[in-house]
Amino acid sequence: MQEINRAALIKRASELLSDGTADRVLGWKAGEFDYDVTPAVFHSVEELEKDFVWGDFCGANFSKYLIKETQKGDGKVIVFLKPCDTYSFNQLLTEHRFDREKVYAIGIPCDGMLDITKIKSMADGVLSVKSEGDEVEIETLYDGVIKEKRENLLPDRCVHCKSKKHVSYDELMGEDGEVLDSGRFDEVEQIEKMTPDERFAFWQGELSRCIRCNACRDVCPACTCEKCVFDNPDSGVENKAAANSFEDSMFHIIRAFHVAGRCTDCGECSRVCPQHIPLHLLNRKFIKDINSFYGEYQAGETIGSRAPTVNYSQDDIEPSEAVERGGDNA
Amino acid sequence: MRKISIDKLNSLFSAIAENETLYLPVDTKAGAKFEKWHDGAVLSDALNTVRSAKDFFFPQTENLMDFKVDGKNIEIIDTREECEDFVIFGVRACDVKSFEILDRVFLAEPVDSYYKNRREHGVIMSLACTKPHETCFCGTFGIDASSPEGDIVCHMTGDALCMDAKTEKGKALLSRLDSLTEETDGKAVEEQKKVTKERLAKLPLASLSADSFGAGKTEKFFGAPEWKELSQACLGCGTCTFVCPTCQCYDIKDFNTGHGVKRFRCWDSCMYSDFTKMSAGQPRLTQLERFRQRFMHKLVYYPTNNGGLFSCVGCGRCLSKCPIQMNIVKVMKKLGGKEND
Ligand code: SF4
Ligand code: SF4
Ligand code: SF4
Ligand code: SF4
Repeated sequence: MQEINRAALIKRASELLSDGTADRVLGWKAGEFDYDVTPAVFHSVEELEKDFVWGDFCGANFSKYLIKETQKGDGKVIVFLKPCDTYSFNQLLTEHRFDREKVYAIGIPCDGMLDITKIKSMADGVLSVKSEGDEVEIETLYDGVIKEKRENLLPDRCVHCKSKKHVSYDELMGEDGEVLDSGRFDEVEQIEKMTPDERFAFWQGELSRCIRCNACRDVCPACTCEKCVFDNPDSGVENKAAANSFEDSMFHIIRAFHVAGRCTDCGECSRVCPQHIPLHLLNRKFIKDINSFYGEYQAGETIGSRAPTVNYSQDDIEPSEAVERGGDNA
Repeated sequence: MRKISIDKLNSLFSAIAENETLYLPVDTKAGAKFEKWHDGAVLSDALNTVRSAKDFFFPQTENLMDFKVDGKNIEIIDTREECEDFVIFGVRACDVKSFEILDRVFLAEPVDSYYKNRREHGVIMSLACTKPHETCFCGTFGIDASSPEGDIVCHMTGDALCMDAKTEKGKALLSRLDSLTEETDGKAVEEQKKVTKERLAKLPLASLSADSFGAGKTEKFFGAPEWKELSQACLGCGTCTFVCPTCQCYDIKDFNTGHGVKRFRCWDSCMYSDFTKMSAGQPRLTQLERFRQRFMHKLVYYPTNNGGLFSCVGCGRCLSKCPIQMNIVKVMKKLGGKEND
């Protein structure tokens, strides 16, 4: 089997640049440390060989970048997509957000990324992170070299990976995987079991940490409005400062409704939150409810699918059956 | 210099809190955070807090005044509360330096009286770093993490906390705590400084230089072609500006409560598309221009207006929090020329 590594990706991208299939590559650029790679556009084989990297921290979902990048030229842009990215890719195509003809998509397999926050919580001063099979070697400033099992350092979204299968690509490198059942609704179920007051307290505790930096929204491939209402001074709801601690919750609840049926559960929102707010749990609750009220639906599984939330049928569940109100804040 | 044994920290904190509200870094599930001290609160071991200490003097939102409208009459209500004395324990050298950078903005004429009020009532007990992280580069801006500035400078040396008062405010507070503390010669502190300095010199970013930036370099960097590549992946989210101890931009808005108007101020970010939007639009039309503004401000504009002082303190927060891992170090290395190759 072909091994998928930095050299293999550079080789394939270089061939496609040289034979004229595409004229640029969306990839990752090395940073100061092993973990601070930045999305970048590469225009030549030389640029690729100099700065292109591929590894445990190349988690950023590139689908959303295609909206702007495809508008920048007539040629095709090569993009590398992990299985989870391909769902966002399809969803954006369903919403006609970029020109498919201007993209050459290469599916690449994924064993899960590494979570730098988890690594930093066990090591003081991270100098390098190297992984070798199931083991990760962390070189630190003060704790020597720490060895840890890879499975303990995966970000939550990879622990609960929904699929190793690519649902869209022009070509696939390596082997495709399967749709998985990795318990991604377990935590949602825990929250459902709480009493309304416990649940209110849980979310208030989480959301009160929000600093409204908007990273979650700006990284989200389902949030692609040209002008978000929350940024528009004329909208009347522009909300640079929350009037009270509940207003930030409203922002998140409204956003969760807005992406309901379109969120593919890529996990970017929770990855980027500087306050470590588990935003994916809100979205997963919507996905879980959609599955149980209208039948299994996975956004982005196919291009052009209609989410149950935008269809109406007479058998649709009544609000009173869907939710039960209770507790002090009902 | 005074000292107190580590196992008596709680009684020290409780003695301070008797007269003044005391804040200190404690661990939360989202990292260390300044919180109000309560009996038994445990000081965090973390190197620094996730949010910076600027919040104490320049809070994310604040009510400036209220208006009550009654027919044709508008009543202006001063909502300001006179601040009481408070103490912040555990501020690191980088964050202490950020106060000087903010002071030059908010205390310059016309003085921001809201900021001044809080600044005058705050006593800073700084804490020297002993284990700087790979993302720290305070040294680039001449900040010595092993001996911070502050009203009372503290060092945690093995089994004791050593405290040295540097200002009138600091002396007043420390002398109040005399019965709890004992005199020390400061040898342990000197020893610790030496070890920390060796560690600082070995940090991966220890050789990062700001020499090619500074006052008067606007023309040299403004039109640099590198901004395009540096800014291309930026999401414009503003996280870097919100976690930064020296970012100081704000917006003032009116909020209609239905019964009147609340005029508030809140943090704003040069990274946002609606920043300083006027009738003619936002002066910086593209993300490249907004991105460039943030770094030019830190490295060129601020020094130009403030006798060469940079407005980055090298705390490294933007290094660890940017969703796409773009930050001031990468900007300095890309644009900084030979010194940073
Ligand atoms: S990324 Fe986190 S802190 Fe920022 S707006 Fe979203 S939830 Fe709030
Ligand atoms: S620019 Fe970055 S490193 Fe510099 S003070 Fe601000 S957050 Fe810290
Ligand atoms: S930047 Fe310097 S002062 Fe700030 S935490 Fe790091 S070592 Fe300490
Ligand atoms: S530099 Fe990073 S943190 Fe700052 S606005 Fe851009 S993407 Fe957000």
